[in-house]
Amino acid sequence: MGREKMLKRTPLYELQKRAGAKFVDFHGWELPLHYGSILQEHHAVRRGAGLFDISHMGRFWIRGPGAFAFLQKTTSNDFRRAPVGRALYTHLLNERGGVMDDVVVFCLRQDVYGMVVNAGRRQVDWEWLRTHTGKAQMELEDVSEESAMLGLQGPSSPKLLEGFCPSALALKRFGVLQTQYDNQRLLVSRTGYTGEDGFEWIVSRSVAPSLWERLLALGEPGRLRPCGLGARDTLRLEAGYLLYGADIDEEHTPLEAGYDWVVRWDKGSFIGREALERQRENGFSKKIRGVKLLEKGVLHAGASVLFQGKGVGKLTSGSFSPSLGVGIGMGYLEEKLPAGARVEVEVRGRRLAAEVVPLPFYAKGK
Amino acid sequence: MPNPEQCRFAKTHEWIFAQGNQATVGLSDHAQREISDVVYVELPVVGRKLKAGESCAVVESVKAAFDVYAPVSGTVTEVNQELHNDVSRINQSPYEKGWMFRLEMEDPSQWSRQMDHAAYQEFVKSAASSH
Repeated sequence: MGREKMLKRTPLYELQKRAGAKFVDFHGWELPLHYGSILQEHHAVRRGAGLFDISHMGRFWIRGPGAFAFLQKTTSNDFRRAPVGRALYTHLLNERGGVMDDVVVFCLRQDVYGMVVNAGRRQVDWEWLRTHTGKAQMELEDVSEESAMLGLQGPSSPKLLEGFCPSALALKRFGVLQTQYDNQRLLVSRTGYTGEDGFEWIVSRSVAPSLWERLLALGEPGRLRPCGLGARDTLRLEAGYLLYGADIDEEHTPLEAGYDWVVRWDKGSFIGREALERQRENGFSKKIRGVKLLEKGVLHAGASVLFQGKGVGKLTSGSFSPSLGVGIGMGYLEEKLPAGARVEVEVRGRRLAAEVVPLPFYAKGK
Repeated sequence: MPNPEQCRFAKTHEWIFAQGNQATVGLSDHAQREISDVVYVELPVVGRKLKAGESCAVVESVKAAFDVYAPVSGTVTEVNQELHNDVSRINQSPYEKGWMFRLEMEDPSQWSRQMDHAAYQEFVKSAASSH
């Protein structure tokens, strides 16, 4: 029956299976959707801590004296803002200003950068970066297969790491450092995709299971939980973070996505700049906006949004917000809609009352 | 309230508990586990006439919506309003506090033609192994 599809597994698959994970196919990877309850995992990250396996994400090295200039040319953010020991969130753009991918790049040495890319874009990014290497004095290496990546997220994560990885506690947000674990090189950064404080590690595939178990053992069960993709999605959506392939793609620019801050106009030329300049001058009609239900329900991508009975766009992401207890979503809606505008969202043929709200839906300490 | 051994089950994972021509309907323990956290429910309107197999309610988890089907034909006489205050009852107490609606059955013999608990467990097992 049907086509057998071989899914890739991370080195943590067996441990996750034993922990009761329900798996899902995510861009060809067999990854935990949840370990029983997305809600409990979500709340653990907002109130305590959660441990994520993010090994499916692609990891590239960019090395050589030409690395800095290459990143300035191929991405929209300004790497003068990422000295040694700092990471930067940036967008790879095509000539039309459309988003090829949203990535985090960290600088380990003046001529050594690491780039973390979305799993579903790894091949496309690799080819795109290769075609723009030109005569640059640098080399690209894809180390996704031989490495793994773990994330500890939540307000109690610094406290949990006190005895285990004290050097990480000195990191500021978006700081990165290299250290040793089990005689192997390990990278740790103070980054994440949840809207909470947290840390992410890149390690060799072979030591990932022991690091996973040691990190999990740092907390009490219930206050530190392994978390799946379900909670990762509700957490990032509440925090207003974009999901590549849903909220951003090659057809939309960072300006339309409301991520103007990743475009640094004062840095000189970069791929897509001219298109963005034209768009900045001419304006555009739709922009990513947040929508919150005013009645009970759950929002999903694809739902139509109406203002005064007329369609004003569709949701690109939607969910139930465990922190707010209501349905939330985001999508490209008429830019002119004021914040607070009453709208309706079509859910299974019914129109539910909602309002346009500023992003993020949830901010730490708010 | 019933225990699962007293219920019959539809292939679409609803349980039915019958007393005379009154039937109470909910989601099986297996179904609530598969769906995981239910965060929203839509229940049928009292008085609505349902045909067996007709979609008549919706439960939603964080990730997806699931249709609930009438396991037998009949008229809705009562819905569990408590679910609107605390929908997690479907997960926490699928056979008791998580019941969804009651029907006046058109033909009570429809009920007895559904799977009993042992047959349903076999059905769930064989469905799992065929994936």
